Amino acid sequence: MKSCLIVDDSAVIRKIARKILEELNFEIAEADDGRRALEQCRAQMPDAILLDWNMPQMNGIEFLRALRQTDGGAAPVVIFCTTENDVPHIREAIAAGANEYIMKPFDGDIIQSKFAQVGLL
Amino acid sequence: MKPEDFELLRSLVEERSGLVLTKEKLYLLESRLIPLARKRGMAGLDKLIREIRTRREESLLTAVTEAMTTNESSFFRDIKPFENFRKFVLPKLVEGHAAGRAIRIWSAACSTGQEPYSIAICLREEAAKLGGHRFEIVATDLSVEVLEKAKVGMYSQFEIQRGLPIQILMKYFKQVDEMWQVDASIRAMVKFRKLNLLQEFSSLGRFDVVFCRNVLIYFGKATKKLVFDRLRRIMLTDGFLFLGGAETVLGITDAFCRVDGYRGVYQMLSEIKPSWPSTSGTKENLAAQAPGP
Repeated sequence: MKSCLIVDDSAVIRKIARKILEELNFEIAEADDGRRALEQCRAQMPDAILLDWNMPQMNGIEFLRALRQTDGGAAPVVIFCTTENDVPHIREAIAAGANEYIMKPFDGDIIQSKFAQVGLL
Repeated sequence: MKPEDFELLRSLVEERSGLVLTKEKLYLLESRLIPLARKRGMAGLDKLIREIRTRREESLLTAVTEAMTTNESSFFRDIKPFENFRKFVLPKLVEGHAAGRAIRIWSAACSTGQEPYSIAICLREEAAKLGGHRFEIVATDLSVEVLEKAKVGMYSQFEIQRGLPIQILMKYFKQVDEMWQVDASIRAMVKFRKLNLLQEFSSLGRFDVVFCRNVLIYFGKATKKLVFDRLRRIMLTDGFLFLGGAETVLGITDAFCRVDGYRGVYQMLSEIKPSWPSTSGTKENLAAQAPGP
């Protein structure tokens, strides 16, 4: 069973994403901020990370840059999932090492399609 | 809905598109035709059915048929067929192919354009391995409305997220307000034509590859057989046919067989291949009836 860390400051979004990903057979962990997500990754690297951009203490792009510098941090497949849906944001995310990018609002089909593309399904 | 009303709509749609509506699709009739009725200023489905029965106005009959034919599509739908296209079919096509004649690909029932544009993107991504061969993509659908949308190549955020890798989106699309449009250079690679698969399609010329996915599944067995027979006649002997994941030739036609190890890819069976020699010169002649790029 593959593991996925859902990083989003909205409890509602985490709940929706958890439900979709559990149906796709992922073991789920959650974090409500980039800083806590980074601590969790240092303790145990997940196979995949679904990552929000705007969060209060450490945002998604800061988290991603820090993650990729961390031991073993190159391994997780990182999929942004954000309302930031313009080309400059997407390019910045790819440059920082994001593997895929989901623009909110999303649904189960989009999550499934994106996770399949990066080889997680 | 009264049984005779259902029968009227069922026979109209089958006659015009080949689509077989079963009783389970009753909900589709209602969900798709009520908006159509309103759009045309009619109070509801009853009025629409009365109009069909009494006036049989051509534009209304066409609109009903178009509304009932499914237009579900996505970029790189099912992923695997496009991998097979890139890694197996394209190298085979290019191998020993005579320069000069364009390699021709047909996307049959292309809906809003995602399939032909996915094919065009594959060709661009593989360009370095294609040895400068010319390609021509023809995309057809029976619905004028979806073809108009396909030509513009403008897709919603939902549509571009189903199947399209983000790197490909960045490379071949531009953002236009809330929408995403396929690059003009990709759009220029595809020729869109209106075509009903139930009608003769030999005027399209001959093809090296045909994508006919997730359309035969809606047809009755006799119609499927008819389409396979016509496909056989317009395909080059060493061409490839792509069918949808739930589609098969088994029990319908002996003209095509599966290519082992490449799901969804079919080739003509050698013993029934038409008896023209497969020299490149002959193929050029055969393809000559096709319009140039």
